[in-house]
Amino acid sequence: MANGSKQIVDFAKIKATMADPYKHPVQVINGDGKVVDPDTLAKYSDDQLVDFMKKMVWERTLHEQTMNFSRQGRLGFYAPTAGEEASEMGSVTAFKDQDFLLPAYRDLPQMIQHGTTVAKGFLWSKGHVSGNQYENPNMLFPQIIIGAQYAETAGVALGIQKNGDKDRVAFVYTGDGGTSQGDWYEGINFTSAYQAPAVFFVQNNGWAISVPRKKQTAAETLAQKAVAMGVPSVQVDGMDIVAVHEVAKAARDFAVAGNGPVVIETLTYRYGAHSSAGDDPSRYRTDEETKPWFDADPLIRMRKVLTDKGVWSQDQEDKLVDQYKDEFKDAMKEAEAAPAQKVSDFLKWTYNVPTPAVKKQIAEFEAKESK
Amino acid sequence: MAKMTYIKAITSGLDQVLSDDPKTLIFGEDVGKNGGVFRTTVDLQDKFGEDRVFDTPLAESGILGLAIGLSLTGWRPIPEIQFMGFTFEAMDGIVGQLARDHYRFGGQKNFPVTIRTPFGGGTHTAEMHADNLENYFVSTPGLRVVTASNPYDAKGLVISAVESDDPVLFMENLKLYRSMKDEVPDDKYTVPLDSAKVVREGTDITLVAYSAEVNEALTAADALAKDNISAEVIDLRSLSPIDTDTIYASIDKTHKVVVIQEAQRMAGVGAVVASDIAEDKIMSLDAPIGRVAAPDSVYPFAQAENDWIPNSDDIEAKAREIFNY
Ligand SMILES: Cc1ncc(C[n+]2csc(CCOP(=O)(O)OP(=O)(O)O)c2C)c(N)n1
Ligand SMILES: [Mg+2]
Repeated sequence: MANGSKQIVDFAKIKATMADPYKHPVQVINGDGKVVDPDTLAKYSDDQLVDFMKKMVWERTLHEQTMNFSRQGRLGFYAPTAGEEASEMGSVTAFKDQDFLLPAYRDLPQMIQHGTTVAKGFLWSKGHVSGNQYENPNMLFPQIIIGAQYAETAGVALGIQKNGDKDRVAFVYTGDGGTSQGDWYEGINFTSAYQAPAVFFVQNNGWAISVPRKKQTAAETLAQKAVAMGVPSVQVDGMDIVAVHEVAKAARDFAVAGNGPVVIETLTYRYGAHSSAGDDPSRYRTDEETKPWFDADPLIRMRKVLTDKGVWSQDQEDKLVDQYKDEFKDAMKEAEAAPAQKVSDFLKWTYNVPTPAVKKQIAEFEAKESK
Repeated sequence: MAKMTYIKAITSGLDQVLSDDPKTLIFGEDVGKNGGVFRTTVDLQDKFGEDRVFDTPLAESGILGLAIGLSLTGWRPIPEIQFMGFTFEAMDGIVGQLARDHYRFGGQKNFPVTIRTPFGGGTHTAEMHADNLENYFVSTPGLRVVTASNPYDAKGLVISAVESDDPVLFMENLKLYRSMKDEVPDDKYTVPLDSAKVVREGTDITLVAYSAEVNEALTAADALAKDNISAEVIDLRSLSPIDTDTIYASIDKTHKVVVIQEAQRMAGVGAVVASDIAEDKIMSLDAPIGRVAAPDSVYPFAQAENDWIPNSDDIEAKAREIFNY
């Protein structure tokens, strides 16, 4: 081809402009606690805003108390949630009891909001199967296998559609790392193909254990990946609870109206270690890197807005923290009082009708256990 | 010679193969800067560069596809699957593709991939992190499967695995990572990929085990010795193929055998070993073949796992039953 002649397609330009619709993440309250979208904020009563703040204080206190419990050896695997309060509480509060939640291991706070107890959450962490027996039937256990819950969301959403349930959606969470799994694409694509009602959350907290977000994909945003599956998507400031809630509610409305699924990328941050199982973030990230995120803290900015409105005080917050701490300590006592699991019991849950081999093993273990 | 943990021995073996062969590559989730979630690949990226030791996006099927493609372009890949429970995501890559590819090319091309993956119970992990899933892989023609019960074998086996032109699944027992230390040569040595080892000699009964259960069997053998029952303990080391010669030689001496595994009775390799023995050595046996295995439930949540995993007491009891048959 002659130099300078026009090419039939300009891939460089396409590549450079692909992320254009995603240049401005949705925001209502910015990192300095300044209200940048007063019209949206005006839609919320003071009570609602105070309730948001309470939920974030609850989640932060839960985080701190679980870290204490972990240090004392009273919990098993636990994924810290500090930094992600706005993303988690802002989203879950946009859904109704009848909506079906498909969480991952970092989503215990949403699960407790949606229909289980703190004590059950602790039992799950301790490795006790009764932690997975929920009050609300519209919920899956915390998925350990990254991406599996996304593929399953398609089935829940299609089931809702086939049942003719009108005011009901599936909602699901994964992290930035989760967007690399095949299941992630398959789940969104299937749901889109059936135009079934689901809201897909990607909590982009910057890290998949030690792997930074930019190593997952060359795509500038994770939200834009949804476009390939014919699904509308948005990036939202995940440290801004009002913005997250507003976007989540709009997504639910859109899905419930029969328009198919939505993908929401919340821009948030994992303050602590990946999990309580020996991760050391200082191996892969610096304080310099993390500082701007701590400054953008979701509680700080909401505290400022509410204090300016005169509906929040430090004293009130301290009292709440004490109250929540007591609740979590009671929940731990409840979890610790749970009867030990018996092998003979969970052998019974291998099949509905025990096989001959399993029957024999149940008898063997019952004999052992009665000694 | 230095005293080394099981995990350090593996790191040392990986260091050796990266030094020996510039075509070797280590990749997977968190293996680079972080040195792996257990630190098995610690410092290797610093030493050999990000070109040779690198993180992948989070997708196991992608990791296996990468390994196969790199084999096709002259590389010797050493992918890590962060926990064996995540090999399911890579099942087509391992079982549907990699294991078949040498055959599919009519022997023309080699796929010298070593998949490293931790497994094994007893450390209170989250679910899907501890299961013994060897069953799925030992029934896959074209794939070799090995696992060490001690640091010395761990280093020698990982080097052999990487040097092998066949694909090898190298299973690392995560309970043993830091709980065991051994004399391990700093220099290069290999342990053959297809050989079991007699780890304790005895004359009255043969205990066949692998991985962490070898240590349980040794503890059981100590207890049996107090009653003058002399147990010979065999570490399979290779789960596919099985070194039946070593097992048969032992049975010709003891005439009694117990086959032990951590996996559920319906999984693991105990059934394969027992059926080989039944087919070839039944006339040499003075008692039925004994088996020790976990019961056939889903791998339990952490709090219950130690009531479920077969231990030295279970092995001792079964050995006494077979000995006194
Ligand atoms: C299929 C699968 N592969 C690997 C892992 C191990 N693992 C657990 S969490 C994690 C990182 C996940 O990162 P991200 O999706 O960003 O979620 P986050 O933990 O940051 O909330 C990895 C690799 C897993 N649990 N499941
Ligand atoms: Mg993440």
